[in-house]
Parts: sequence; structure tokens; C-alpha cells
Amino acid sequence: MTETEQPPRTRQDFENTLDQSDKRVASFESKHSGFMDRAQHFLHGNPTMVPVIVLMISLLIFGVIANNFFSAFNLSLIMQQVSIIGMLAAAQSLVIITAGIDLSVAAIMVLCSVVAGKLAVELGVPSIIALPMSFILGAACGWLNGFLITRIKLPPFITTLGTWNVFYALILYFSGAQSIRGADIDANAPFLKFFGNSIPIGGAQITYGSILMVLIFVVLWFMLNKTAWGRHVYAVGDDKDAAELAGIQTNKVLLSVYVLAGLICAIAGWASIGRVGSISPQSFYEGNLNSITAVVIGGISLFGGRGSIMGALFGALIVGVFQSGLRLAGVDVLWQVFATGWLIILAVAIDQWIRKVSA
Amino acid sequence: MRFNKKFALLAGVAVLSMGGAASAQDAVGACLITKTDTNPFFAKMKEGAVAAAEENGIELSTYAGKIDGDVETQVAAIETCMASGAKGILITPSDSRALAPAIEQARNAGALVIALDTPFEPADTADATFATDNFKAGELIGQWAAATLGDAAADAKIAFLDLNPSQVSVDYLRDQGFMQGFGIDIKEPTRIGDEDDARIVGHDVTDGNEDGGRTAMENLLQQNPEINVVYTINEPAAAGAYEALKAMGKDSQATIVSIDGGCPGVQNVKDGVIGATSMQFPLLMASEGIKAIKAFADSGEKPANSEGLDFFNTGVTLVTDKPVDGIESITSEEALTQCWG
Repeated sequence: MTETEQPPRTRQDFENTLDQSDKRVASFESKHSGFMDRAQHFLHGNPTMVPVIVLMISLLIFGVIANNFFSAFNLSLIMQQVSIIGMLAAAQSLVIITAGIDLSVAAIMVLCSVVAGKLAVELGVPSIIALPMSFILGAACGWLNGFLITRIKLPPFITTLGTWNVFYALILYFSGAQSIRGADIDANAPFLKFFGNSIPIGGAQITYGSILMVLIFVVLWFMLNKTAWGRHVYAVGDDKDAAELAGIQTNKVLLSVYVLAGLICAIAGWASIGRVGSISPQSFYEGNLNSITAVVIGGISLFGGRGSIMGALFGALIVGVFQSGLRLAGVDVLWQVFATGWLIILAVAIDQWIRKVSA
Repeated sequence: MRFNKKFALLAGVAVLSMGGAASAQDAVGACLITKTDTNPFFAKMKEGAVAAAEENGIELSTYAGKIDGDVETQVAAIETCMASGAKGILITPSDSRALAPAIEQARNAGALVIALDTPFEPADTADATFATDNFKAGELIGQWAAATLGDAAADAKIAFLDLNPSQVSVDYLRDQGFMQGFGIDIKEPTRIGDEDDARIVGHDVTDGNEDGGRTAMENLLQQNPEINVVYTINEPAAAGAYEALKAMGKDSQATIVSIDGGCPGVQNVKDGVIGATSMQFPLLMASEGIKAIKAFADSGEKPANSEGLDFFNTGVTLVTDKPVDGIESITSEEALTQCWG
């Protein structure tokens, strides 16, 4: 092989001019230079970070201003106090991710606990039979919601507003408007109170109910993010027509979401017996709104298709932390309500702000 | 279309049920409007009203709010009631002040309005009030708690589990009555929370149910784990408070007192969950109320108040299995024959 020497190449005129020109590759115009812009982008990519940050900040603030707040016991107590609303929020999140809403979650829960109690405590049915029956009832309630929404094509808000009242009337019918006393449950069906048991860790009292709540969130997170079903749920919520065109059987997906939500409510009903200590038809009347509050504060978009289910867990915890912290700081109850209201508005405002990023 | 047929069927049912209400025109009409359907207290009230109405030949319609504090539903009920031409209204107001305009309209239209259980503010908003002396009910359990503690009452740690943030009359009457009975300076008697007695650990609200009672008790125990006296607005709240105390291993340190006289509550007195409860008599309130409407329809005569009170007192009895000297009481065993629900 011989290397032939080539004469040095002379630059052409146009090349000289070219050097002075812009060498950047084609790109979108970027306006995101400031801190706020970068924060907006970061939050758009990680929507769960908003509630996490709020939770951290509120923990810090209440740790400073409220006595006893930062004890292990108090923190485990907050977990306990939010556990039931947390489970309802998990069910609610599923529905809200599909751009729906379920006003009947708390009514399904109380109905299931009343029926389980009636069967196990008063009619002597063994708990291991009574509880699955209540789960079937919960799933059936969810199925009714799903059926009305997907087959009769009623809007979710109206459907569940209706079934809320229907289930509530059934609660009164089955319970005779009477609580089942804790002592009677202990005597006849102590297993109903299973989730009231707790594991002492240091000063903390972690109830089985708290663990169950976290477990439900983890399982749902996995289902939503790691399975085809979960991606379909998000797709249906984001744009139902597009999902349909992409070959997703949207009605089947929606129906499955409502049934699953009903089942979770029934499980929450079991857990609520352990938490409350008795079975009360009067408890959790505002549970549906409290669950929506947790979901919204958790950064899950009411317009569907966006937000992580873990957000609802943090949302529920934020409400619990605020209530506990304000109480320990000696603030009157009405200001706790006041604070919760502003939290909701703030959460939705942040959600709207983050949504603008893609515009 | 199938869907339309269903709709027509629904509409038909609605028309039929309205027709049923309209046929009540001939007899003397009366309405019973309760706070909720959920509380067995109101179920007992309804039972008393239905029985008395049958006895006196009165056509009774009943209505209820969805939740304690549900004013809109009650206003609508008053309006429906007047539209049906009722002679009298028995009502347990969900809000002792907010319903005044609706009540005034009903009275102007010629109806006799009797408040049951919860007085209006001012009490003469209605023609009469048939109620438990709630202040007295609180006073009885306050006296009992102080006597039971004896010398320890001087440095008691007291938790107050009230109803809700709106401080309705039944709420402050019971709360302040307890304080009076226990020997606490109540200052403004219509205001919960203006007291400065060091024995008060704090007040929290329960919505009058088990869930609220438990959460409120947990919160107050966080403020002071030494609580040894627990006042509760009603027995479901007391049951919730007991669960919270039990979960923290403090059920033997605190004495719970309550008000109502519901059967589960009396049973809880028997089981030692509640130390003492003041029993009231909802059935009597309603049956006396129906009789008063009958008398008014016949002769135009309006019911009179009990002496020294601005309402007709239907009585209150202390229920406890640990009686103390100087305070009249009955045992839980006796109370079980008279309890409601």
C-alpha cells in the first residue's frame, strides 16, 4: 500500500463564511431557564413529588410548633387515623384516574361492614364466611356503578350520587339504625376486629389496618404501572376515544375499575370495624368527600389519566398531619376545617399550573 | 325505546306516591321532622309519634335530614308539610337558629310548631318545646363524676367530647351542665371553650358517632395522657372514646360519662364501659307532642311550659351501677326496660 501525498486542500470561500454561522442542531425554542420553570418541568415529570414535598414541610413545621407531635407514637397514630380514609382514597384514585368519580365509596364500605356484622355477630355465621360475603357485596355494589356508567351511559357523578343514597338507605335498613357494640363483636366474632390489632415498635403502635392501607397502595401501584391493565386504565382516563381506537375495550376496563373499587371498599369496611371498635351506621358519612380530598391533595388530576396512586396515600397523610398538628398546637376545630379547605384549593391550583407545562 | 319506558315507570311511581300523600287532606295532618333517620333516638321518637297519631286519629307524615346539621332538607320538609296543609309540626331542629324563618312562615300559616328534644334560639321561635332538660342531664353526670372521684376531683384531668364545631344548643347545654355539676366555673353558659379551669384538658368534636369519638379521644390523650374523666355528648361517642382508651391501655384510669339512654349505651353502663349516663325519653316527647297538636286542632289551645323552665320537661334519669349518696339514680338493669332503640 502506498500513501500518495495529497496537496493541502484550500478552503473555499463559502466555508469561511459557514464557520461564523450557527452550528446548533435544530431544537425547540427553550424558555425554561428560571428556577420556577425548571421546577414546573420537574413536577410535570414527577407529579407525586408535590404531595411528598408538602408532607415533608408540614411534618417539619408541626414538629417545631406542636408539642409531642414528633413522637413515634403520634406518627403511628396519624397513620391509624387516616388508614380508613386512605383505603377509600385508594379506591377513589382508581376511579378518578379513569376521569370518573365515585361518591358512593364510603356508603359501600359502611354497608359491607354492617352486613358482615349482622351476619357474623347477630346471625352467628362464621367470620370466614361472613367476610367474603361482604366482599362479594362490595364488588357487586361496584359492579352496579360500573354497569350504569358503561351500559346505561350515565355520567359517573350522577350514577354514584344515586347509588350513594341507595346504599345509605340499605345501611339503615340492615342495621336498623343501630350500632353493633364492641363487646358483642368481641364475644361473637372477634375476627372482625382483626385489623385493630397492632404491633408495638418502640413507642409506635402500628395497627394491622395501617399496614393493610400501605399494602393496598403498593399492590395498586404495581397493577397500574406494571401491567397492561394498568396502562389501559390510564389510557381510558386520558382519552377514552383514542383508547378505544387503539383497540382497548374501554367499557370492560371501566367496569373492572368500579368492581375493584367496590371490593377495596368492602375490605376497608372490615378494617373499619377494627379501627372504630364497633359497627356504626352513622360513621364515615363524609368519607366519600374526605377520600376525594385526599386524592386531590395527592396531585391526581380530576380530569383523569394523570397522577400516581401513591399521591393519594400522601394526600391522606397530609390531611392527617394537618389535623393532628393543628390539634396538638391547640388550634380550634374550625381552623382545621379551614386549613383543609385551603389545602384542596392549593393542590388543584398547583395541578393546573403543572398542566400548563406542555402548552 | 327501552330507556324511556323505564323512565315512564319511575315517573308513574312518583305520581302514585304523591297521590298517597294528598289523600291525607281530610283528617288532621301532622308532620314529624327529625334530624336524621340514623339515630335510634329519632326512631324511638317516630315510634311514639306514630302510635300516638293512630290513637288520636291524626294523619302523620315523617321526614328526616340526612345528617345532623342538615338544614336544607329540614327547610324543604317544613315547606312540603305546609303545602300538604298540616295542622302541626313536630321538629328536632338541626340548627337551633337557622330554621327560624321557615318556622315563622309555618306559624303564620296557622300551624302549631313544637320543637322536640332540641330547643330553638330563642325558644319562643316555636309555640312550645318538649325536651329533655339537657343542662340538667349534663349536671347529673357532672355531679356523679365529682362525687365518684371524691377528693381527687380537685385535680381531675377532664376531656370533653362534644358534637361539632357549630355549638348547637344541645351541645353547649350538656357540656356546660356537666361543668356546672362537676364544679367548674362555666362563664358564658352558651359558649363552650371560654372556661379557664386547669382541670380541663381540652374539647374535641365527635359528630356524635363512634368513629369521631375514637379519634377525638386519641387526640386529647395526645395532649394529656393523664385524662381520668371523659365527658361525652352521647353514647356512641362514649363507645368510641372507650376504644381509644383501651387501645392505649388506659381504660381503667378514666371514667366515662354520657347522655342519652339508648339501649346499647345502657348495656355499656352494665358492662362498665360507661360509668354513668343520663337517660332521656324521646318516645314521651313525640307522643305528648301529637296530643298537643290534637288539642290545638280541637280547641286552639296551645301547650304550656313546665314551671320555671321555658320548655315542657319530659324528664331525665341518671343510670349507673355505682350510685352515690344524694343523687337519685336507677341501675342499668332497670334502665334496660325503659331504654330506646
